[in-house]
Amino acid sequence: MNKADYPVGVRINKVISETHDVKTFILNKEISAKPGQFVMAWIPEVDEKPFTLTGKGKTVSITVKKRGKATSKMHEMKEGDILGVRGPYGHGFDVVGKKIVLVGGGYGSAALLLLAEEAISKGIETTAIIGADTEKNILFADKIEKLGAKLVITTDDGSRGIKGFTTQALEKLLSEEKFDCIYTCGPEIMMYHIVQMGEKNNVPVQASLERWIKCGFGVCGQCVLDPTGLRVCKDGPVFGSADLKKISDFGFFARDKTGAKKEWKDFA
Amino acid sequence: MLKMRSLGIDLKNPFVLSAGILGVSASSLIRAHESGAGTVTTKSISLEAKRGHANPTVIAFEAGLLNAVGLSNPGIDAFLPEIKKVKEKHVPLIANAIGDTPKDIAKVATMAEGAGADLIEINPSCPNVVHKKPYASDPKLLSELTSTVKDAVKIPVLVKLSPNVDKIGALAKTAEDAGADGITAVNTLGPGMIIDIASRKPVLDFKMGGISGPALRPVAVRCVYEIYEAVKIPIIGVGGVTSGRDAMEMMLAGATQVGIGSAVYYRGANAFKKIGDETIELMKEHGYKNTKEITGAAHE
Ligand SMILES: Cc1cc2nc3c(=O)[nH]c(=O)nc-3n(C[C@H](O)[C@H](O)[C@H](O)COP(=O)(O)OP(=O)(O)OC[C@H]3O[C@@H](n4cnc5c(N)ncnc54)[C@H](O)[C@@H]3O)c2cc1C
Ligand SMILES: Cc1cc2nc3c(=O)[nH]c(=O)nc-3n(C[C@H](O)[C@H](O)[C@H](O)COP(=O)(O)O)c2cc1C
Ligand code: FES
Repeated sequence: MNKADYPVGVRINKVISETHDVKTFILNKEISAKPGQFVMAWIPEVDEKPFTLTGKGKTVSITVKKRGKATSKMHEMKEGDILGVRGPYGHGFDVVGKKIVLVGGGYGSAALLLLAEEAISKGIETTAIIGADTEKNILFADKIEKLGAKLVITTDDGSRGIKGFTTQALEKLLSEEKFDCIYTCGPEIMMYHIVQMGEKNNVPVQASLERWIKCGFGVCGQCVLDPTGLRVCKDGPVFGSADLKKISDFGFFARDKTGAKKEWKDFA
Repeated sequence: MLKMRSLGIDLKNPFVLSAGILGVSASSLIRAHESGAGTVTTKSISLEAKRGHANPTVIAFEAGLLNAVGLSNPGIDAFLPEIKKVKEKHVPLIANAIGDTPKDIAKVATMAEGAGADLIEINPSCPNVVHKKPYASDPKLLSELTSTVKDAVKIPVLVKLSPNVDKIGALAKTAEDAGADGITAVNTLGPGMIIDIASRKPVLDFKMGGISGPALRPVAVRCVYEIYEAVKIPIIGVGGVTSGRDAMEMMLAGATQVGIGSAVYYRGANAFKKIGDETIELMKEHGYKNTKEITGAAHE
């Protein structure tokens, strides 16, 4: 019970540019975590936001796409600056089976890096489909390939890899090979189609969801998924097909900072 | 054993999900009921949407939680469908109403009543926002607020009190005299502050926040004890209850019902069921047949 779950300021040991708008921050802190678990990162006097761990143990890191106020501020931060961290939170991916496929869209691939590492180290045959709208937004494809995964790249505009969506590449793979599990993180509409595809092909899916997070530890109710009452921060962020099928919000609705429910397309 | 009736409503047990915990949506209010909360309370709702503070808004320290969510809510219009959904499942529901003026609060209460809420809880006692006037500590203002809301609705009205006042018994009496049907005690304590030693900055965006959980419990028990001596209306005792033992302590002090909030952090989403089971065990051990026998027994 004697737990302190408040952000503790730690030094940024290193900043790595991954793409034109994605940076990895290596933090001076040890955290043991499961792939897919996240931390809350606090930028003093600005905001605090959730990020999946992309490094654990002695080289803890988070990988951040520049989006709004908080992430823009983070992108200005340098080695030696202080970032507050609390966590790890949520329950991550369950690494199961003998042969699996990972599907990452955009910066969603961040959540798949530690998963690929763990699966491959366990001897699981791993294929990764890494996609983005265009070449410069492909994240971690090379890192995941280097770990030993079979790699498929897709871009909407064909600037790298196969021209098309990750879902098209997945459909083709599923028609050719048998997988024990599909793991995915990316735009929710992409994950929605992947869950449908998994169901059609009888392959279980684990997907990592995003919602507006406040407490991060299951108390405030901000990140709830209707009609299940499941909380992204505590019961997720990774959910399996059985839960995802019950979540009518999945693919369609999310709550904004006030708690009002909106369609995904209405988020600026 | 835990079944009871309070303010005209039959309840499966005395446990109440407190305001601001999980209560953003119908789905989580219903889940809390299914997880053992006899009654559930909505997040505080105002006339217009409120964005609240930036993160960090809720953190835990070694002895409790510290929060300054800032009463974020989508506004009563957007929230009405959530109230209706809760009531479709016949879950006993308290709507927690806030606002800048008694008239605004009464309007929120009226709309919540229209959507099916069973009770109204007025909350002039949040330490995490700058209230326009000290409704929680000034007897005249509290009386005006209570009677304005009472006049506006037919369902029972609870007044939620702050522990951060001099004479909480006298304030409870003021609310009773103004027509309140029950008292919810207490809201969070403080406010308190936590400073990060590396960045040298207060951790919460609002810098300070209300203390709940174990650190609040002895204060809450004392408040309920004093209120019980001052009023005849039922009390929902809230503050730091995380076990059956704590629930029994709160009832001994004078609570008819027991609010549970931060325990969701310490005991998980099933905190209500766990605390309920522990309470039943203790009731057997101490020879109580119902919770009525426990309420106020510390005063005998
Ligand atoms: C569990 C979890 C793990 C995450 N992991 C990573 C990660 O590893 N790397 C990474 O780069 N990002 C990750 N994110 C997303 C990251 O937290 C956001 O990109 C970040 O909060 C943006 O903050 P900001 O202040 O820069 O942007 P903001 O100013 O907050 O806005 C960014 C955009 O998000 C939109 N938005 C508003 N409400 C919502 C909502 N309810 N849900 C979703 N979007 C909304 C806004 O309209 C805006 O366009 C994760 C999110 C979650 C929930
Ligand atoms: C995260 C959080 C949010 C809260 N929000 C509200 C609120 O919106 N309205 C309110 O009346 N009380 C609010 N409270 C206070 C609780 O309802 C309760 O009175 C207090 O936390 C003490 O109970 P506990 O120790 O069991 O949590 C909040 C408490 C917490 C921890
Ligand atoms: S963010 Fe508070 S419950 Fe998930």
